[in-house]
Amino acid sequence: MSMLKVNTELLRKILVGFVREEILKVGLKKAVLGLSGGIDSALVAYIAAEALGPENVHAIIMPYQTSNPESEAHARLVGERLGINCQVVEITPMVDAYFNLFPDASPLRRGNKMARERMTVLFDHSALLSALVLGTSNKTELLLGYGTLHGDMASALNPIGDIYKSQVWQLSEAMGVPMEIVEKKPSADLWAGQTDEQELGFTYREVDELLYRMVDLRMSRGELAAHGFATGFIDEIYAKVQNSHFKRRLPIIAKVSNRTIDRDFRYSRDWGK
Amino acid sequence: MDFTVALAQIKPKLGCVADNLLLIQEAVERGIREQAGLVLFPELALTGYFLKDLVPEVALTLDSPEIRRLADLSRHIDIAVGFVEVSPDYHFYNAALYLAGGEILHHHRKVYLPTYGLFDEQRYLASGERFRAFDCRFGRMGILICEDMWHLSAPYILAMDGATTLLCLSSSPGRGISEAESLGSTVSWQKLTSATAMFLNSRVLYCNRVGYEDGVNFWGGSEIIDPSGTVTARGAILEEDFVVAGISEELLRRERISSPMMRDENLFVTLKELKRIGKERNR
Repeated sequence: MSMLKVNTELLRKILVGFVREEILKVGLKKAVLGLSGGIDSALVAYIAAEALGPENVHAIIMPYQTSNPESEAHARLVGERLGINCQVVEITPMVDAYFNLFPDASPLRRGNKMARERMTVLFDHSALLSALVLGTSNKTELLLGYGTLHGDMASALNPIGDIYKSQVWQLSEAMGVPMEIVEKKPSADLWAGQTDEQELGFTYREVDELLYRMVDLRMSRGELAAHGFATGFIDEIYAKVQNSHFKRRLPIIAKVSNRTIDRDFRYSRDWGK
Repeated sequence: MDFTVALAQIKPKLGCVADNLLLIQEAVERGIREQAGLVLFPELALTGYFLKDLVPEVALTLDSPEIRRLADLSRHIDIAVGFVEVSPDYHFYNAALYLAGGEILHHHRKVYLPTYGLFDEQRYLASGERFRAFDCRFGRMGILICEDMWHLSAPYILAMDGATTLLCLSSSPGRGISEAESLGSTVSWQKLTSATAMFLNSRVLYCNRVGYEDGVNFWGGSEIIDPSGTVTARGAILEEDFVVAGISEELLRRERISSPMMRDENLFVTLKELKRIGKERNR
């Protein structure tokens, strides 16, 4: 039985309010985000358009030459439906220029480079447009570390980082994200035919049920097993969460003074806002 | 006596005392215009909530110009407001004042500082050491600051000390999304305020803030609960609001006649047993 069902009306109100208030309180009114054609960035675009008005949302579509053309079509569809500003910035020239120096680079390095290239485009437009970069990583990806550090994991504000993929699906449907995007298989689109679930080796729905009990409810290993989760699966996911924890933290600083940033120099980011 | 209360469900700015003082003054003036006798503000209304190392920077003494200013305004309307207090020995408290007639009528320092989950208050603040009821022109009252209310003994002591109106100043973070109509924190608080009023045959006036700090929302939903535990007015959820409602003396009188649990509450049995428990724990 799923424990992940959410009141989408209430969730929508909280996330829309979050984007609106966290942007307005720093004296800005615009947001910029990358639209991949997938559900996570589509949902964030819907939230941002409602929070700020479509005229204040700037979406950038950043295909690489091997990206599935369907992805760009879906991203454009979101842009058109919402009436937000939408532009295409190809990352092929920048990425290829770099890998001409390192022709033997692995697919992992290439995928990470693409994610980080997109990040630099977004942060450049953040300065250009006086807009904050919205993150599009959901809680499932963040916990599993299924993302690129300083790439797609980088943002100024992330409205969906505390909701699981299964909840992203529910909220997307409720907010009217086009069904072809809601229903397609999630993919990082790094090579043709890639799907997240194939690469991960389990489905989002399975892992979300486990993560919710493990992380949110703090069930013990014994209790999880009693709930029907295979011990091998529990251990695999626990290890993924543990081993990717560095991606969820700021760089660690060697302490020598009496007040070290984030250890004994502690302020909220909204300090004075 | 009958009176009108206003619950100022505001959105303080984190660490900005001057801005928040203006916000509070505006709400006080609105309360005066709407002929309220008492205006209630959230916990840490003058400072915002997740202060961390800002605590010493935003702390005020009881004789600071800001407190003086609010005390002056209390010549026109009673004011209950939360702030960070610094004592002469440089302890910092999550505190609340009841201001009336130009004076500080009552002063409460939060006793229960939550330090678990997303809370970190004991790291930065000192704990208060008393719960005392006090008399004002509307009867006998007691003040609780947020987590104080989660400890049964706190409202119990105030009610045994004669309070028939409990003021609760709150900065409650919204969390626990599910299929339910409300957030988990909302559901828990609504049960708590209602049960507290019902158990103690006392009114509860609950003022919670709104806004976001570092992604944490404060859910609002300030409310007035009558002595039977029934909610008679409630503020908007997740939005600023200004709730104005009448408080009836007759309702209190009738509830105390029909449900005289506080009359029958046996202070001496409670004291005897608590003393025994204290002794046994010390063994």
